[in-house]
Amino acid sequence: MGYFIQQLINGITLGMIYGLIAIGYTMVYGIIGMINFAHGELFMIAAFISIISFLVLGLAGIGWVPVALLIVLAATMLLTSVYGWALERVAYRPLRHSPRLAALITAIGMSIFLQNYVQLLQGARLKPLQPVISGGFQFFSDGQFTVTLSYLQIIIAVLTVALMIVFTWIINRTALGRSQRACQQDLKMASLVGVNVDRTISLTFVIGASLASVAGLMFLLLYGVIDFFIGFLAGIKAFTAAVLGGIGSVPGAMLGGLLIGLIEAFWSGYFTVEYKDVAAFSILVMVLIFRPTGLLGKPDIEKV
Amino acid sequence: MADVNASTVPSLRAPLDLPSALRECGVVALVVFALAFALVGFRIQDVPGGLDIRYRFHEVVAITAVGFVGRFAWILLRQGRPFPVAVTALPFGVALLAMLLGPLYAPAAKLERLLIFGDVVVNWLLALFTLGFGGRAAWMIWHAASTITPEAREARMDRIGAAVQNASRYIGPLLLGLALALPFMPFADRRVLDIATLVLTYVMLGWGLNIVVGLAGLLDLGYVAFYAVGAYSYALLALHFDLGFWTCLPFAGIMAAFAGILLGFPVLRLRGDYLAIVTLGFGEMVRIILLNWYKFTKGPDGLSGIPRPTFFGLPMTANPSEGEQTFHQFFGLEYSSVDRIIFLYFLILALAMVTNLFTLRIRKLPVGRAWEALREDEIACRSLGINPRNTKLTAFAIGAMFGGFGGAFFATRQGFISPESFTFIESAIILAIVVLGGMGSQIGVVFAAILLIGLPEFFRELQQYRMLAFGAAMVTIMVWRPRGLLAHREPTIRLEDARPKSASAKSGGQSP
Repeated sequence: MGYFIQQLINGITLGMIYGLIAIGYTMVYGIIGMINFAHGELFMIAAFISIISFLVLGLAGIGWVPVALLIVLAATMLLTSVYGWALERVAYRPLRHSPRLAALITAIGMSIFLQNYVQLLQGARLKPLQPVISGGFQFFSDGQFTVTLSYLQIIIAVLTVALMIVFTWIINRTALGRSQRACQQDLKMASLVGVNVDRTISLTFVIGASLASVAGLMFLLLYGVIDFFIGFLAGIKAFTAAVLGGIGSVPGAMLGGLLIGLIEAFWSGYFTVEYKDVAAFSILVMVLIFRPTGLLGKPDIEKV
Repeated sequence: MADVNASTVPSLRAPLDLPSALRECGVVALVVFALAFALVGFRIQDVPGGLDIRYRFHEVVAITAVGFVGRFAWILLRQGRPFPVAVTALPFGVALLAMLLGPLYAPAAKLERLLIFGDVVVNWLLALFTLGFGGRAAWMIWHAASTITPEAREARMDRIGAAVQNASRYIGPLLLGLALALPFMPFADRRVLDIATLVLTYVMLGWGLNIVVGLAGLLDLGYVAFYAVGAYSYALLALHFDLGFWTCLPFAGIMAAFAGILLGFPVLRLRGDYLAIVTLGFGEMVRIILLNWYKFTKGPDGLSGIPRPTFFGLPMTANPSEGEQTFHQFFGLEYSSVDRIIFLYFLILALAMVTNLFTLRIRKLPVGRAWEALREDEIACRSLGINPRNTKLTAFAIGAMFGGFGGAFFATRQGFISPESFTFIESAIILAIVVLGGMGSQIGVVFAAILLIGLPEFFRELQQYRMLAFGAAMVTIMVWRPRGLLAHREPTIRLEDARPKSASAKSGGQSP
């Protein structure tokens, strides 16, 4: 029982990270109908900006954890969203009216480019970071196994929930959210009724990138080691999560992320660590076969 | 920054609005600064016992300045004022080049001290960037004005694509002749042949994937899985059952086709992007299984000692085992290690030509027509009584089969395979070759393969920058030509009646 709860906690923590990345995929897909393959690289870049910020803060002697964490969070979100913005501006906007395959190839090219860009600048070796936040509650024990809820996991959960509240507020209550939803329904119609489509799409990328950047920071804190390649797998998993939840649906992305995280945690906890990715993909295939629009997706009716 | 805004039609000689131009440059410089600040300005250094940071702020400043100046040049070009750009950029670019090349010719000249960046490659990029601007400006001056709109440029490229496509009946045999003659050219040393073999492998894989992506319109991001299945099928059959390459080749194809059916059966009713992600997942699954099923595949250690192919039973070795006759003995030749390389080259050439011929012929069969019809409109096909799933499944299986052949060739050429060779990046490269060449264009695949595989191979010294340039090239080509380099589609079949009038319809390349 204790072991089960521990895996549950771990799975939810991991799932929140996937969910935050998945939101970026799902929003972009919802508006311009393309797989932003380079989104995982934004997550990776964010992790690198975080580790650099931590090291610089460490050298500057700012050691008080809450302050350091806030500075790193702000710096990472800001700088990564510039990457998201530039990505859209340079690589995707010129291709908005092109065949979808062209945009996908550009996205893959951008992903390769960013990976190698970071590898060249920061080196290919694994980058370990000393644990910034350690310790936790031992709040439950069933005799054989003590369940630990670390402070870090609490911070991740609180941060994710806070971000989701802000994000939901933006989507549902602000002018930006309104134009965003309008673009999602019909890009051309939205531009006819005066929505600035270019600006909305840019801001969608900015929001997606900043959510992914928080995920990158969390990943760095949780695992303590990163390299230039982490974006690929995390990106695929997050995209899987977005598809699982029903692509285009923001709550679906979070739900899908949590599910993927739980599947991974339980699979590695009870079966084999090696095949956890296979398990996640198999679940994806199953879901797509029996419910092709994902869990919360709207059925996609094709008109002739 | 490569900002290609399709809507900017150059207005001739409008007065330059300096404040707004400077503001635009400022914004670009600010963005470039924000991009470069963290990742270029701070470099993580691995030191014993942890990580350290080194500061490279002068590079951030330099990159920001390049962004500012570059944007200004861009604005000037956009407004049809190439003169100042050419005057500034050309001498600057030439000077940079001279500084870069100077040490080659005059070792005493320490011109490179003057360069801003410590990194030679960055300086090269800067030189090419400057020369690019200068060249474009010079081009505009030469043509007196920048009257060429993006649409006109597109149309011109389309015409070139159409011309190449129409001439492919001459270009095809010509290329084949060149390919046949290549090993006997004086410059064809081992390295050139190796590169040519690699390019041909990708040409073959590209043609195989073209069946799936180009003809049937199914987006497959996991093609490397079939390549891996083919390679492992051959390697395992050869190692465990002592079978030769030629016996195993059909099996490798069949196994890969079977894998294609296995994957395709459940997922082929999915729409484009879902299919893409599932195939991607399948590719990763195959790789993970190969990596972890140690008893069967030796996991990350890989399989080694895979037998080489024989020339109709004659092995290509220097020292044959007992009672065997080798290739050079049979033909009474001096033994030469290049023979085997040439043999492998011709082998992949033959395999590639088989793939090509097969594709060209099957396009004319009902199933090939059904693929192309399915790509254009699935619902229309359904209502005409074509079974979409079976039709897609054949495309998938046949494409996979050629992937399997390619894999078997890869295994026999390398003599060693491990899961590392079958990562997602391979799928991406093959897909990029198909799409960059212009989907469905057989000759486009050849050009794209030469461009993406052959060219970088000659710059092996710049190994670490290879993939960076590869990614950048993918983005640039796609932004420049979203429908592929030689995108041009002829109707596969035309009513006889319409032929005389079709001359005008011909020039407008139809987009997918």
